[in-house]
Amino acid sequence: MVEKASKIQTKEDALDKTACETDVEIKNTDGLHMRPAMQFVDIASRFKSEVTVSNGENSVNGKSIMQMSMLAATYGTKLRIKTEGADAQQAIDALKELVEEKKFGEPAPNNQKKHTLG
Amino acid sequence: MEIKKGVAVSPGICIAKSLIIDSEDYRIPRRLVEPPQRMIETQRARNAFRTAIEELTRSQAEQKTIEQRSIKDIFAVHLRFLHDRSLRKKITDLIYAESVTAEYAVSTTLRDIAAHFTKVKDAYISERAADIYDIERRLLRQLLGSKRQDIENLTEQVVIVARELSPTQTAGFNKEFVKGIATDAGGRTSHTAIVARSLGIPAVVALEDLTEIVHRADTVVIDGNRGIVIVNPDDETIRQYETYLTEFIELGHKLDTIREKPAVTRDGVKITLLGNIEFPDEAESILEKGGEGIGLYRTEFLYLNRETEPTEEDHYQAYAATVSVFKHRPVIIRTVDLGADKYTQSKRFAPEPNPFLGLRSIRFCLRNLMMFKTQLHAILRASVLGEVKIMFPLITNLQELMQAKMILRDVMEDLDEESIGYNKNIHIGIMIETPSAALTASTLARDVSFFSIGTNDLTQYTLAVDRGNELVSTLYSSTDPAVLRLIRTVIQDAHKAQIDLSVCGEMASEPDSIMLLLGMGVRALSLASPMIPEIKQIIRSVTIEDCNNVARKILTMNSERHISSFLRNAARKILPEAF
Repeated sequence: MVEKASKIQTKEDALDKTACETDVEIKNTDGLHMRPAMQFVDIASRFKSEVTVSNGENSVNGKSIMQMSMLAATYGTKLRIKTEGADAQQAIDALKELVEEKKFGEPAPNNQKKHTLG
Repeated sequence: MEIKKGVAVSPGICIAKSLIIDSEDYRIPRRLVEPPQRMIETQRARNAFRTAIEELTRSQAEQKTIEQRSIKDIFAVHLRFLHDRSLRKKITDLIYAESVTAEYAVSTTLRDIAAHFTKVKDAYISERAADIYDIERRLLRQLLGSKRQDIENLTEQVVIVARELSPTQTAGFNKEFVKGIATDAGGRTSHTAIVARSLGIPAVVALEDLTEIVHRADTVVIDGNRGIVIVNPDDETIRQYETYLTEFIELGHKLDTIREKPAVTRDGVKITLLGNIEFPDEAESILEKGGEGIGLYRTEFLYLNRETEPTEEDHYQAYAATVSVFKHRPVIIRTVDLGADKYTQSKRFAPEPNPFLGLRSIRFCLRNLMMFKTQLHAILRASVLGEVKIMFPLITNLQELMQAKMILRDVMEDLDEESIGYNKNIHIGIMIETPSAALTASTLARDVSFFSIGTNDLTQYTLAVDRGNELVSTLYSSTDPAVLRLIRTVIQDAHKAQIDLSVCGEMASEPDSIMLLLGMGVRALSLASPMIPEIKQIIRSVTIEDCNNVARKILTMNSERHISSFLRNAARKILPEAF
């Protein structure tokens, strides 16, 4: 078993794979419901790299809508995204942007506050 | 071996392998398959995913406008789920690990996911469980739909086991291969019972949890005489039933010999025996069994066994086929009696909360005039081929009758303009199947040439009992004193107005009730073909005087239980071997 695992490791090294990792926070009010999960999966699927998302308890495949939606990440949840593969860096940048900058194109509590104050 | 007791609704005995029909409307029971079958189940699951994806892609493409964007989003999410390999793997792994059917694996896996969502505290996310249930139903529809096709293309004899059967499901039943029916729900007058009797195959209903006990291709005995179903009988039981089956067939042959003899009482009173049919190909069997015409031609089949609404020509072909079998003998075509079923409900955005008191039958027709006129046009066109009569169902007041007759006149004018021939003096009648129609029968009688008492609905509406609900079905009895008083009123009013009267409900084929009906003045009965010989035998064994005495006695009785035991005893004295 151990031998096999290390072999896979060597193979991956040979293919010049990189691994990236980042923490993100869900910032849109409604959380990671179906439509945001779909956006996440769609973007993750554009890359060759493997995408893993973890909420501390469970680690799931970031390209599976079933697994992503079952994370049931609500507003304020912190997730750790790991990407591994030739385009790992691009993948993680795109996903971080979707979650934290674009906020899935949905309203966030902060935005609403600013709006009311203004 | 497991023996289950239910309610016998159609006589006969059969022994065959089971074919289970699940429904996406009910929980799918956990059902095991033999290990070699697992590969087939896996393939069925994969096919269901593939066709569901195709179906959804098509519906998605059809949503074009901006308002439909949110629907489009929902479809997009569902498509991602259907394309999700890990979901598919979870399902196929379950089929292999536990040797279960594709239906069960799909249903359990998706319901587990849905349950996971429901547990999340966030309201917005927990509501997403609804999406998962949608996906589950979509996949089950594919799996069960392909199974329905299997039923239409059967090559070996089976007994059908189901929770409950809808007209859509039974429309494809092939008499040659479907040898018996057993269902968890239902009562004596449920759709299952009516179909089984018209096909002449044994059926037992109200078996409660049969679908949980039976597995695919188990051997099942259906004893429609005693209301017993035996799952995986031992050799001894099979032998017993084979003997019993031979005896039963012999009794059938004995009754067949009276086919040519008239339905006349011992004191010389002629009773007209007509047949109830659901499909045109049953017409022949009415004649074979000695029926003298059609007292109730149900026309719902035209709507229920196809995707689109039937054309005028579809109607005409079906009626012409039946009328040509009977030539100068009467054929009473009942206009479409849809309602409280998938056909009328699926067209509505929200299902009616109380469909049996809702937009059904003639009410549905009067609201869908194009559909109604199409049928009337075809009936009128067929009226030149023989002795066709029109009957309107579920009339509750005079206005409805007048409206229906006015529309019929409109259609007649259309035919005149098109120079198409029809019988201008066609007889128009109504079903008396609501308490309001029974109580106003004297008024309604002035505008029709015949009444036909539909005892099933009349009983259901008078006693406020859902005949398909096994929790209250014991309260359902057409010999309840309240129902009998209404029936008596209708018979008297029909006689006073000198119009024809027949009874076409299940009561007309219940051996116990025949003497009572004749004693109350009924002279025409309409019933399913397999029961005609037995009922004729009873008629030939009684005198009207005996019947009058029975009826007089019954009408003084106040308890349904006393009435039914009195009737049973009276009938046994007359014809012991039939009971």
